[in-house]
Amino acid sequence: MNATSVPRGNAGRPYIDIRNLSQVFGDRSRGAVTALRDINLGIRQGEFVCLLGPSGCGKSTLLNAIAGFTSPTAGSISVDGRPVSAPGPDRGMVFQEYALFPWMTVEKNITFGLQIQKMPREKIRATVDGLLDKLQLTDFRDRYPKDLSGGMRQRVAIARVLALDSPILLMDEPFGALDALTRRTLQDELLRIWEELRKTIVFVTHSIEESVYLADRVVAMTYRPGTIKREVQVTLARERDPSSTEFNRYTRELAQLVMEEQYRHNQDEIRVLAAE
Amino acid sequence: MRVSRLKPLRVLQGVLVPFAILAVWQWVSASGLVNPQILPSPAAVLTRWLAYLAPLEPYDPAKSGYFTWLLSGELFHDASASLSRVILGFLAGAALALPLGLLMGASDAIYKLFNPLIQVLRPIPPIAFIPLAILWFGLGNPPAIFLITLGAFFPVLMNTIAGVRHVDAIYIRAAQSLGAGRTTLFLRVMLPAAAPYILTGARIGMGTAFIVVIVAEMIAVNNGLGYRILEAREFFWSDKIIAGMITIGLLGLAIDSGMSRLNSFLLKWHRGMEQR
Repeated sequence: MNATSVPRGNAGRPYIDIRNLSQVFGDRSRGAVTALRDINLGIRQGEFVCLLGPSGCGKSTLLNAIAGFTSPTAGSISVDGRPVSAPGPDRGMVFQEYALFPWMTVEKNITFGLQIQKMPREKIRATVDGLLDKLQLTDFRDRYPKDLSGGMRQRVAIARVLALDSPILLMDEPFGALDALTRRTLQDELLRIWEELRKTIVFVTHSIEESVYLADRVVAMTYRPGTIKREVQVTLARERDPSSTEFNRYTRELAQLVMEEQYRHNQDEIRVLAAE
Repeated sequence: MRVSRLKPLRVLQGVLVPFAILAVWQWVSASGLVNPQILPSPAAVLTRWLAYLAPLEPYDPAKSGYFTWLLSGELFHDASASLSRVILGFLAGAALALPLGLLMGASDAIYKLFNPLIQVLRPIPPIAFIPLAILWFGLGNPPAIFLITLGAFFPVLMNTIAGVRHVDAIYIRAAQSLGAGRTTLFLRVMLPAAAPYILTGARIGMGTAFIVVIVAEMIAVNNGLGYRILEAREFFWSDKIIAGMITIGLLGLAIDSGMSRLNSFLLKWHRGMEQR
């Protein structure tokens, strides 16, 4: 692989290093919303971290900030010692809405990033063949996204970021729109890929079960302003059994944390509706 | 693509109203209630249309090939003159509107620069430019092409602007995180994402161009379908006027279905296209 496995610069600094991050949207005159306040989070290389919380807790905002789509109001994010200032192929992004380019076939979607990097044609071909095989997409090579199921589309989206060999995968509720069985299949496939390729994954979800099933560490967030409520290390060996007692101990603990925030979310909604 | 089947009932439904109108028309003109110079019978129109269609001279293998001779009738000359003006004017209009529309859609500064002028010019029907066009370009093809260009310009422009402005931000984010720079983003993401709008604009622009060509030919040039029906009026050939109008209708239909085919081909990836 490359030198990224060795922390550079200040030793002991986390691979993804988020310090005192705050994000405020809008301006004071029209009611600013503090989406994130004082987030401090370090993620090790090769770690699988889930950001968990109800809608409005700022978990997607945090992910977008790591991706470089938004610039933080205060604080900093650095990846491997370099500050994040813009989106880039070192942080592959997978969206809930897939975000496949509908005018490109499956193959073209996957090669898009490689062509930008001016990879030689034979190498592109070999990479794409490998990925199509890995994600069981070979038969769909020349299809357009509109002809694929949700699960298939998300496989293509994953193949598209894997093609770039990004060390980091940022996933924004990637399986949220899929049915339960497809979701479990893709979760298992993601874990297999993660273990094989040793990626660092930051995964946003509002499913407690999904976070315990996938993550090394679950970061539970508070509802507005988004702060880190608690971090829970999941020490269960994989493959995890969601029906086991240990698994349920985790889900119970997290459910309590998340439901407190969900309650605040509900109260807020009632207040807004009452004001109208 | 689905093959259209000719179901007898459908065909009957489709021809019922036209045949009823033809029957009434035939009855009115046969009854002697109306002067045939005001309303000729359908049979007279058909005869005139066939004469309009037919070659002017008998076939002479020494002079030209059979196919050339077959298309040497007045109708084909007029139709090809009108069609070539439409195509030329449309291409000029679209070639001007497309880059301007892309720029105006993508850049707020450029939009603000051009938008006020365009909002003032757009409601002026191209036909209102006729006096100025003749003053500037004299008679003949130049003013006609100018007017058609104008007619095609605005629909393509407005739709291109709307198309670029409606590009889903998620495609732009996805492309950026895959490493796309400005040029790639513009050519491989914004342009194809805006294509459905742009092509709708092209279809409307083509329709406008076809309206304008007929008017322009009535005033500025001495061939083409528009000229021919005005010429027929001077001789009180009402049957030829109607024959010319039918030809205009058929040509317009052919152009529009050609554009529609082109759209379906270029947008075969588009969701809305599958039920066609």
